[in-house]
Amino acid sequence: MTSEPRPGHHSEITLRVNGKPHTLRVDHRRVLLDLLREDLDLTGSKKGCDHGQCGACTVLVDGRRLNSCLLLAVTLDGSEITTVEGLGGDGEEPHPLQRAFLDRDAFQCGYCTPGQLCSAVGMLAEAAAGHPSHVTGPETPAGPPVPLDRTEIRERMSGNLCRCGAYPRIVDAIEDVI
Amino acid sequence: MTGTTGTTGAALGAPAERREGRQKVTGAARYAAEYTLPGRAHAWPVPAAVARGRVTAVDTAAALALPGVLAVLTPEDAPRLADPEDATLAVLQGPGVPHRGWCVALAVAETPEAARAAARAVRVTYDTAPHDAAFTEHHRDGYAPQEAGGQPGRVEHGDPRAAFAGADVRVDVTYRVPPLHNHPMEPHASTAHWDGDRLTVYTSSQGGTTVRSTLAQLFRLPEEHVTVVAEHVGGGFGSKGTPRPDVVLAAMAARHTGRPVTLAYARRHLPTVVGHRAPTVQRLRLGAGHDGRLTALLHETTSPTSRVKEFVEYAAVVSRVMYAAPNLLSAHRVVPLDVPTPSWMRAPGEAPGMYALESALDELADVLGLDPVELRARNEPAEEPGSGKPFSSRHVVDCLREGARRFGWEDRDPRPGVRREGSWLLGTGVAAATYPVQAAPSTAGAQALPDGTFVVRINAADIGTGARTVLAQVAADALGVPLDRVRTEVGRSDLPPAPLAGGSSGTASWGWAVHEACAELASRLAAHTGPLPAEGIETRADTTGKADADSPWARHAFGAHFAEVAVDTVTGEIRARRLLGVYAAGRILNARTARSQFTGAMIMGLGMALTEGSTLDPAFGDFPEADLASYHVPVHADVPDVEAHWIDEDDPHLNPMGSKGIGEIGIVGTAAAVGNAVHHATGIRFRELPLTPDRILAGLLSES
Repeated sequence: MTSEPRPGHHSEITLRVNGKPHTLRVDHRRVLLDLLREDLDLTGSKKGCDHGQCGACTVLVDGRRLNSCLLLAVTLDGSEITTVEGLGGDGEEPHPLQRAFLDRDAFQCGYCTPGQLCSAVGMLAEAAAGHPSHVTGPETPAGPPVPLDRTEIRERMSGNLCRCGAYPRIVDAIEDVI
Repeated sequence: MTGTTGTTGAALGAPAERREGRQKVTGAARYAAEYTLPGRAHAWPVPAAVARGRVTAVDTAAALALPGVLAVLTPEDAPRLADPEDATLAVLQGPGVPHRGWCVALAVAETPEAARAAARAVRVTYDTAPHDAAFTEHHRDGYAPQEAGGQPGRVEHGDPRAAFAGADVRVDVTYRVPPLHNHPMEPHASTAHWDGDRLTVYTSSQGGTTVRSTLAQLFRLPEEHVTVVAEHVGGGFGSKGTPRPDVVLAAMAARHTGRPVTLAYARRHLPTVVGHRAPTVQRLRLGAGHDGRLTALLHETTSPTSRVKEFVEYAAVVSRVMYAAPNLLSAHRVVPLDVPTPSWMRAPGEAPGMYALESALDELADVLGLDPVELRARNEPAEEPGSGKPFSSRHVVDCLREGARRFGWEDRDPRPGVRREGSWLLGTGVAAATYPVQAAPSTAGAQALPDGTFVVRINAADIGTGARTVLAQVAADALGVPLDRVRTEVGRSDLPPAPLAGGSSGTASWGWAVHEACAELASRLAAHTGPLPAEGIETRADTTGKADADSPWARHAFGAHFAEVAVDTVTGEIRARRLLGVYAAGRILNARTARSQFTGAMIMGLGMALTEGSTLDPAFGDFPEADLASYHVPVHADVPDVEAHWIDEDDPHLNPMGSKGIGEIGIVGTAAAVGNAVHHATGIRFRELPLTPDRILAGLLSES
């Protein structure tokens, strides 16, 4: 039992979430996903497995896509978090990718959708920054943006499960915004 | 919105956008665990750590000493419930442990972290009894059930054994499907809140009306004291078709603590408490003449059930529908074991049954040297083989021929194992699909408002099918008004009662009542003169006696699946390259959402074929594959381009919309098409799912 965090331990942290600062006293056991859902009532980020296996909780942390269920909130002091609620910014209009998901019927039950959207935004940034994937050809030059075909999109989005099987439509939607 | 929304009479069939779509893509849609009521507490179950026995003591002291812990409910002190009809809901009512994972205590705390820590700190002592969780086909406790999926457990015509023995050509094969898990992306969850003797639950359910009647019965309340809200449901695939322990436990915990309580199952809890597809061992014996016409068809299936209640995976029922065989046997056996209770998973019966039947038919085509599409065409029945009823419509051969044309089947070289691409072997396969047309009585309300808009109210569940959208389309056409003037309210038990989203029957059942309410409203409006009163005009319909009336017709949707696979001879990995489905499912009511359901189910069928497999562990009595890292649902990279098409079918014997259910048929036959393609690629028959690299490689090595 000694290796476990002692119950009742809390620390104060400050996060910016969707552009707004929040200072909170967090239980050391609390993960970012539960902080968003329980403390901030931002329930768009979903709990599908609480295990880093399904991607439904994907958010952007300092611009990178991460599974928020695997991040202890206390380690994130000073971080900038973007959730599905913040993708569209302050405006009325949704993010182009959100619009593309609607146009392509890229979801059914909607539970994986926030994670797919945040993951796709992060993925597009990774490709733009020249990050290779498992299917990127060895001849692809390092540095410039990696062109994304459907195989690349599928590979890079494979951390986000969808049990309704909307995968082909999600790839369509992502292609629409490239 | 599409261009058709401004015109009348054109709503049905239009590819209207999902009405709740904007909420889903912005994160505004709330699911059951996301009702953050003031003072809400969290519950965490303690699953039984033995496969059979009795709880002799529950030591809660250490748990209750932890900060933030409110209560620990045990079989000793939990609120007493009335005896449930569904025995899986009799949680914390006694010391008995019928299977590993059964709830033996429930921790309730201020936060999810505290509840989880408390559950871990609960010390349960058991009196362990010997258990039997070893499923075998010839288990001595096996018996023939009276019923299988609401039909007779056994149907026999002619003299199937003698006909098989005397057939020119015989195939006698056994196919195995492992336990499979529904794993909707939203784990089962409920938030419960009491106000005096009135109970409100927000729950993840395919059928809120049944949740309400079940809770009323269990907690001895009048039904009108129970409100069930299931506005958004993160998938179910059958596992949310009946109330699950989460909603009962949350209500008990809320009553016990006087606080709103959320119980959100952890992913790893699900396999033991929300049902699963029971494994099947299916023996198929096909006897045919040299012309390919079946003379005998024997389909016998055995599956385990739990000792809590009987559930029969009715896999042999499909053989009563598909092919003309004068001598027919379709029979089920079940083996009760000390294991979690199986239940519905997308196309229960049909999905595993058609995997076996359509694989065996491919084997017969192979023996006969006959094209598998042609073999199926030669065995078209004049009426439904099991019942003798005429089909209301049956276009399975049209689906096969249309699919063959689109897929490029004509150019196929039937020889197996001859197409190489480096280390890969390539193959294509086909299988037919079928799913029954079902509908249940429903009520619905329709209201015309003075501003010229309309509201349709019905306690339908939108589990991702787009129920709100398609019901608005049904209403708009029945009213003869543009789609954008109709609003739908679903997912609350204070709306007119309606049956569940299950058995591919939701749209038929609900749409029927919506159509009737709207047709009545249209005639009332036609007779009305002057402006509408402030409260508008309201009608209500009840399809009891119509939707459940006996039909002289055999009513089923049909389809055809085609698959192309590549098999890596070095690693044994199979990659699906193409999947194509063609369906004959009556009138398609929304082209956009229908396509998503078809292709989504095909993808689940791809998982069934290649990656999804669980194990009933004989030592522990549960499933080792209890998370998504060990139970592999398809991911983006597994899924190639998937096409779904349909042929127009005008069937007047269904319902006012002329529709057949479409939620399940996509999974039926997909695994067989993939398996048949693997045979075409490798020349080897693999008769046990899933077709994982270890099995394929072993097969390839033993062949060479």
